[in-house]
Amino acid sequence: MQHTTRAGAIGVALLAAIALAGCSTGDSDSGTDAAASCAPSDGPVTLEFTSWIPGIEDAVKMWNDENPDITVKVQTGPNGNSGTYQNFFSQLEAGNAPDLGQIEYDAISSFRVQNGLENIGVCDEVVAAKDQFIPWTWGQVTLGTADEVYGVPQDSGPMALFYRSDLFEANGIAVPTTWAEYKTAAEQIRALGGYITNFSTSDINQFAGFVWQANGDWFTNDGDAWTVDLTGDESTTVAEYWQDLIDNDLVSSYPAWTEEWNNAYNSGEVWSWNSAVWGANSISSGAPDTAGNWSVAPSPQWEAGQSSAGNWGGSSVAVFKGTEHLYEATKFALWLNTSEEALTALNVSANIYPATTEGLSLPSLQEGVEFYGGQAIYDVFAEAAGQVNPDFVWGPTMTQTYADVSDGFKKAVTGQGTLLEALSSAQDSTISTLKAQSIPVAE
Amino acid sequence: MSMLTRTRGATADDLKISGTKPKESMISRGAALLIMGVFTLYFLVPIWWLFVSATKDRGQFLTTPSLWFADWNLWNNIGDLINYGDGVYLRWLINSLGYAGIGALLATIVAGMCGYALAKYRFPGRELFFNVILGGVLVPATALALPLFLIFSQVNLTNTYWAVLLPSIVSPFGVYLSRIFAAASVPDELIEASRIDGAGELRTFFTVSIRLMTPALVTVFLFQFVAIWNNFFLPLIMLRSEELFPVTFGLYAWNTQLNQIPELRTYVLVGSLLSVIPLIVTFLLLQRFWRNGLGSGSVK
Repeated sequence: MQHTTRAGAIGVALLAAIALAGCSTGDSDSGTDAAASCAPSDGPVTLEFTSWIPGIEDAVKMWNDENPDITVKVQTGPNGNSGTYQNFFSQLEAGNAPDLGQIEYDAISSFRVQNGLENIGVCDEVVAAKDQFIPWTWGQVTLGTADEVYGVPQDSGPMALFYRSDLFEANGIAVPTTWAEYKTAAEQIRALGGYITNFSTSDINQFAGFVWQANGDWFTNDGDAWTVDLTGDESTTVAEYWQDLIDNDLVSSYPAWTEEWNNAYNSGEVWSWNSAVWGANSISSGAPDTAGNWSVAPSPQWEAGQSSAGNWGGSSVAVFKGTEHLYEATKFALWLNTSEEALTALNVSANIYPATTEGLSLPSLQEGVEFYGGQAIYDVFAEAAGQVNPDFVWGPTMTQTYADVSDGFKKAVTGQGTLLEALSSAQDSTISTLKAQSIPVAE
Repeated sequence: MSMLTRTRGATADDLKISGTKPKESMISRGAALLIMGVFTLYFLVPIWWLFVSATKDRGQFLTTPSLWFADWNLWNNIGDLINYGDGVYLRWLINSLGYAGIGALLATIVAGMCGYALAKYRFPGRELFFNVILGGVLVPATALALPLFLIFSQVNLTNTYWAVLLPSIVSPFGVYLSRIFAAASVPDELIEASRIDGAGELRTFFTVSIRLMTPALVTVFLFQFVAIWNNFFLPLIMLRSEELFPVTFGLYAWNTQLNQIPELRTYVLVGSLLSVIPLIVTFLLLQRFWRNGLGSGSVK
């Protein structure tokens, strides 16, 4: 009996120790809240950088060779939403986050509202670098604020239309330049037994790209509170357009990135894909039998004569709260994403499409691509990159928003409910998620 | 407990004693075979698919029937896999063997000693200890990963071998199994005899008791080996450096990068196929002990 009591006492003491340890981390966190100044450190510095971009080690090695005083150690893992973001949050909680990390544009807000990122806008070099970047990518890292910057843009995903030029030509169908023409083409193709495209229900970023192209805006932040507007006029137009195509069985709805999906493109069942620049690889790897038969054209427009592009994907390199080397970290992040040697290395190893205006004219992006019949497809994307609306902002709870929209979309393609209803219910749940996290919402 | 619930005809022994063989109806026999056949297919088809897919090159993977062979590219694929990224795949395989082999061995020793002590020694708080450990069986390892990460962060052990190895040597189920088995298979008289012969408690355990408990310990080892080999969430949370990854986590990381590097698809497939082999070998080697162990537990 006495033993039992003692064991209990030890247990309580252990728990208390763990709880105390937890508290002390909290204290040290709030200690670093004071704005870090952007001054060089004394002596050599070692930075930790977590990224999942394959081959990024090669670019980092170049840096390490040239900068013996600032050594960067790369750590790797699965891509952001597959686990690395969750790890960043745990590490921030534990107080051992790396100095720098890869963060996609749509996740920056989440880290910002959890107070996980340093404002690198306090560094003069960052402010000076602004003009090197494509304007809308800069908008993604400032989150619409005037003098705060939460990352250095790395890559972008301007959207254009991939299409089977051989099939369009053989059947005398003109390449659509407006969404109205796209629907007409869809009807012609359906009559021939194919589908013009596949509507993705799992990857909401494609749909968001369409809304972005239509000048819609899902989130705005006026500095005090967030406005959520998933069902604005532009979103409604886009949702009703695709709903119409779904209702008339003009598009397929295979889950994206699966074997069925690849097979639908490989077998010629699906004829086009409105996707981002990195989609060029998805097609060439997923549909190898169709090599040489694809081309790229600008995205269809809502009004004839317009030139507006959407964006799908893209990421930045951010500096985490608590780093002791803000100056060195930003210096490295700027080099990685603006210098020609680094951008070329990233483009070669991981098909990274740069976010700087200079980067778009990299020699490796000027050549014709064999899979696309020798077309210099990156010219189309470079043009699209300049046509992306700079004001589109992501909200702080995108994981939940994506999941809710996706659930609704999956039902909509099976005939239960509509895309618009899905957006509307995701709007409600997003507002309640924000409130649950004590993030102010403007009604 | 099996003594009480045992019914006539439930084991082969009873059949011999009763002498007459009860008649099986053809229908029930056929139904049983059919169900077994369906489940065998259900479990084997994915492995067959994996094997067939690993023998194809990337183009054929999509364009040829998924359950039959095209050109035989397995050896090339394995060569490419091993060369990719400075042979990081082999490193992962060795890591996995290390985590699972060492972890399971230590876990078996700890669980065996703990279970033996709980079965054979009387001390205050014994049942309380045992109940707490039994409670541990109910807590999923996944739920513990985050708290473990926060604790390990305090002592700077994250992103080290220890971060994965230390939590792996705890096996509440192993303690439970060892206790049940030790109670049933190690006679008190034998322990007393060895004490009278002058052996200390440790020596008694390692020379006498452990032999009697072998079937149970092999089972614990096998379970723990498979559990650590397949444990994915703990490495995901703890590890950052590629050279520390176990093979499951490494393949997962590759799989999330398919959009950037399409040829990884082949490597993930071939890598998965190769990563199953150590498990199959372990099973085949230990199967004899294992069956024996489960059997003795149930009829004793």
